[in-house]
Amino acid sequence: MSVSTLEPTQTPQPPQPKHPERHWKDFFGFSTDHKVIAIQYFVVSFVFYLIAGAMATSIRVELATPDADFLGYENYNGVLTLHGTMMIFLWIVPAGAAFANYLIPLMIGAKDMAFPVLNGLAFWLVPPGGALLLLSLLAETPPSAGWTSYPPLSLMTGQVGQMMWILAVLLLGTSSILGGVNFVTTILKMRIKEMGLYDMPLFCWAMLATSMLILISTPVLAGALILLSFDLLAGTAFFNPTGGGDPIVYQHMFWFYSHPAVYIMILPVFGLISDILPVHARKPIFGYKAIAYSSLAIAFLGNIVWAHHMFTSGTPGWLRMFFMAATMVIAVPTGIKIFSWVATIWGGKLRLNSAMLFAIGFVSMFLVGGLSGVMVASVPFDIHVHDTYFIVAHFHYVLFGGSVFGIYAGIYHWYPKMVGRMLDETWGKVHFALTFVGFNLCFFPMHILGLQGMPRRVVQYDPAFADINRICTIGSIILAVSTLPFLFNAVYCWFWGEKALPNPWNALTLEWQTSSPPIIENFEEEPVLWSGPYDYGIDSEPEEDTRSVADLLAEVKAEM
Amino acid sequence: MQTTAETTQEHGAIAVEQAHGHGDHPDHRLFGMGVFLFAEAMIFLGLFAAYLTFRSVAEVWPPAGTPERELLLPGINTIILISSSFVMNRGNQAIKQDDVKGMQFWFGLTAALGAIFLAGQGYEYYTNTFGLTDNLFTSTFYVLTGFHGLHVMFGLSLILLVLLRSRTPGHYSSTSHFGIEASELYWHFVDVVWIVLFLILYIL
Amino acid sequence: MNDSESRGLVVRPVAELTSNYMERAKLSPAISISAAGVAITVISLWYGQNHGWLPEAASQNAPLVDGLFNLMMTISVWLFLAIQGAIVLAIIKFRKQPGDETDGPPIEGNLSLELVWTAIPVVIVMVLAVYSFDVYQQMGGLDPMASHDHTRIAKVSSGSAIAGSLDGDQGLPHGQNVALGIGANPASEGMDADVTIDVMGLQYAWLFTYPGNVMAGELHIPAGRDVELNIQAQDVLHAFWVPQFRLKQDAIPGRMSKLRFRPETPGTYPIVCAELCGAFHGAMRSTVIVDTPEDYDVWYQTQIASAIDGDANDSRVATAVGMTGLSDADRMALHPHAPAIDAAAIAAITPMAHHHHD
Ligand code: HEA
Ligand code: HEA
Ligand code: CUA
Ligand SMILES: [Cu+2]
Repeated sequence: MSVSTLEPTQTPQPPQPKHPERHWKDFFGFSTDHKVIAIQYFVVSFVFYLIAGAMATSIRVELATPDADFLGYENYNGVLTLHGTMMIFLWIVPAGAAFANYLIPLMIGAKDMAFPVLNGLAFWLVPPGGALLLLSLLAETPPSAGWTSYPPLSLMTGQVGQMMWILAVLLLGTSSILGGVNFVTTILKMRIKEMGLYDMPLFCWAMLATSMLILISTPVLAGALILLSFDLLAGTAFFNPTGGGDPIVYQHMFWFYSHPAVYIMILPVFGLISDILPVHARKPIFGYKAIAYSSLAIAFLGNIVWAHHMFTSGTPGWLRMFFMAATMVIAVPTGIKIFSWVATIWGGKLRLNSAMLFAIGFVSMFLVGGLSGVMVASVPFDIHVHDTYFIVAHFHYVLFGGSVFGIYAGIYHWYPKMVGRMLDETWGKVHFALTFVGFNLCFFPMHILGLQGMPRRVVQYDPAFADINRICTIGSIILAVSTLPFLFNAVYCWFWGEKALPNPWNALTLEWQTSSPPIIENFEEEPVLWSGPYDYGIDSEPEEDTRSVADLLAEVKAEM
Repeated sequence: MQTTAETTQEHGAIAVEQAHGHGDHPDHRLFGMGVFLFAEAMIFLGLFAAYLTFRSVAEVWPPAGTPERELLLPGINTIILISSSFVMNRGNQAIKQDDVKGMQFWFGLTAALGAIFLAGQGYEYYTNTFGLTDNLFTSTFYVLTGFHGLHVMFGLSLILLVLLRSRTPGHYSSTSHFGIEASELYWHFVDVVWIVLFLILYIL
Repeated sequence: MNDSESRGLVVRPVAELTSNYMERAKLSPAISISAAGVAITVISLWYGQNHGWLPEAASQNAPLVDGLFNLMMTISVWLFLAIQGAIVLAIIKFRKQPGDETDGPPIEGNLSLELVWTAIPVVIVMVLAVYSFDVYQQMGGLDPMASHDHTRIAKVSSGSAIAGSLDGDQGLPHGQNVALGIGANPASEGMDADVTIDVMGLQYAWLFTYPGNVMAGELHIPAGRDVELNIQAQDVLHAFWVPQFRLKQDAIPGRMSKLRFRPETPGTYPIVCAELCGAFHGAMRSTVIVDTPEDYDVWYQTQIASAIDGDANDSRVATAVGMTGLSDADRMALHPHAPAIDAAAIAAITPMAHHHHD
């Protein structure tokens, strides 16, 4: 894609006399405004996060003792399945879509997404999907084959609940695909005319890579679930060995989606981090192109490593070797990102506010998860730790220490833009400290549990592991409590927070060139690209106040 | 396929909206449609891959006891569907000449061919001596052809929608005919999927 | 600038260092960076060997896996300390000074630095991949007999394996379409294992069948001998895992997978089901007893003997197995408290019986 594909010049329209006003009711109905939809995504996914987090907390309470004495055999697997499914399909994935919706049009100077109605529709598939999942818990037997729902178990644990799970995931997958269509089209086709691909903020690059992954892999999950529902309801035997079917084929199809899905969950966050660090480090991003390309490299590699989840199931030895090597290679592009981020903050003038703390926390926690990821990519070692708490530790480090830390960083950074009010810094720092401590206390010891011999997805375990488990449970309680200061902060400041200026952080990307919150079609007039997204420090004269950016802008315009 | 239905209604809705909205907005709908069809293709690809895996792991294929499949009817059906794509393209060319009548003729013909295809498919289902749950082959057979059949049905409704709208004078012209292009793109997609499907299910 | 070229290479008299303030300012980072590098390296080398996170290693392949893990630990600890160290240092050194509203230096990249941090991971990853490959090869993972996707040999019985019934012949899949897993190590490739045992995973117990139709709920194997397990599942996926052997293999209904290894240290170790298989997955545990070869022979002979006149045990195995045929709901109704433990326990105290299928 080159600059020549940009949309034709628009004749500058005379400033419209009146702007349609935003009404609070807009947030409760079908809206086509990307900013409204984004906030709808945020709120809904956060509510599901709380619910899934409450489930996690109950899982941890159950595991505080070796016996099945809290949730019990009857409920544990159902709660576990819904915890995993909801965290992934109703929290991280839609939260990524929330940021994409909010930021992409603003960052590229567009009025809205390419297909606003489609966008609203994609959002409105999420609440019914979530409701269906929650309701499935009330079915006689809730879905209880884990978020992976491997057959034959998933065919035997109760038709109604499992079918609700399938339908919910199909709805959420459809939503995600529709979102992907919109993101690709918007990024490629709707940038203001001065903005070439290499002038885009890195979040847009990350979303380009993410959307490609969504479009390639999510449909295959849909295919797998269609076949699974036939097995479940119509008596076919695609995945049922009794009728000659093959459960391993399901695993391949499932992971063909669900491995790329982990990058669908982390790439947007990589993008957020690349956009947050330079602002608060007051330094250009280190290695723009390397970071942009590494997103594409990760997306590409992400598509050819799925069988590393199947090293102990039915895959031939040589294939395991291929998937092992391909998986390990992902450390290279990811390493490029990590090193570039460290180099970005190195030598800067770090403003250690809550956004920055979470962003730096992201880098260091994701690193731990990435390192254990490369370990489990090694087949001989994975044979030992597969399906143990070592894996649980790995993926919570990348998913919570990665995605969730990054999402929090993003919220602290863009909240003033979205809401028009600042979040309180003290509460933010309390939130960070509690999260950081609780998180590590909860999940680090799980590495040892897994190595020592504790399998995952068990409600009852060897009493030898009771002590370490108790530490994890204490950590999880701190983690649950850590949510409260954030909730309080976000809700309180929505109404009573200090008013935010258009550009409270002195950032350079386009979303900061309009009011906070932005007007309905984003910009008073088409914004001017007067600097690269990360040109910090080039004009190193002290800036007196936040209006200097606006002044500069006005100057540039006057000259043109 | 609910997904597709919603999307394309969607495109319709945007078309309406943009007709009164910012008129000079460049039109990205065909691009978006292409992206969406790419995703659709991946569902089929996934299902084909599953079929081919079942097939390659099995010792005998189709599994013992599967009745012979008739090739004549599906063969004719294939020819009908492929030719309908060419017929439909004539309709697109007609509208580029502002020839609404011509477009209606060719699209009507396409719709008729599509309906014949569906009828043929229905007849084949009806006369088949095997059922959905007989074995792995019959199951994949019905799921794949059925899923494709749903897409044909959806494509057919798009064509009918175009025909309905074209009754409003001036709705389609040489400069504004997104609906026509979109339904044609979709129809070609359905066609190509059928060709692959026919090859792996009937011929291979 | 001559001086600065030899920075860090020449140890200079302290007096010279302190005499020149500028010089000292330039030198100290070089010195502290190399000192930190040495410290990090020493710590990671030490910790990589002394983390103490792995359980006892009781099979021939376990030390190989542990060696691999220790190397990965060393590398990870090194990377962790280096990167976290840089982050912490940046937070301390480069935090904004009060009142300073200026930007940092406009550094946008550095090609050689970027090449270095691309190349180093490439090398690490290659080393790890080759090392892992080697370990896997030595474990027997690439034995064509066990790792190749054979085509289906015989059809799976059309009985109700799913229903989990052991009645009659239907329950056990006879044919195996694929044999996967870990095979003979290169030294014994092509040779038969010393002991071959059929392993059946079912909700929620393991059943072990020895030649001569000796059936047991616990696994006995001889130390220092090649053991081959033919693992199958009756109903859903299970996974056979012995942490002390560093070995795990899924039990897949309709397929047979092989796991070949050599236990080394006599002792008693847990067998853990590692694949979610239902409500009582966590309770699906058994025991493996590694005997000395002599003890093993004694044990096996007694089993054979009592298998001949051991009809009394039949009912007990049947009970154990019968338990496994119940639905979770039935089982919960029967034993509201810890039902699965009962099932597993019954299986465990029923070490042998006739193979009740002949
Ligand atoms: C956000 C989600 C996310 C992310 C980003 C990752 C990232 C990675 N994951 Fe993870 N993974 C999951 C989520 C994620 N994973 C989940 C949810 C599961 C479990 C699913 C289930 O079973 O329920 C899982 C399971 C899982 C497995 C299967 C384990 C098993 O079940 O037995 C494997 C195996 O290869 C794996 C590998 C990796 C690797 C190699 C990376 C790499 O991308 C990591 C790369 C990053 C780094 C390596 C750090 C930075 C790099 C450097 C500093 C350079 C230098 C480093 C080296 C040279 C080592 N993951
Ligand atoms: C993004 C993904 C994500 C996130 C954020 C989390 C967050 C957490 N997870 Fe989760 N987890 C998964 C994804 C995730 N998990 C997946 C995919 C699985 C695998 C499932 C499977 O095997 O199928 C899993 C499995 C899993 C297990 C393994 C269970 C088992 O194998 O048996 C455990 C055990 O400790 C656990 C714990 C936790 C904890 C303590 C948190 C904490 O971080 C949660 C923190 C708590 C909160 C944020 C809630 C705070 C709020 C309240 C308590 C108040 C409630 C109020 C209202 C509702 C208004 N998770
Ligand atoms: Cu058997 Cu878990
Ligand atoms: Cu993966």
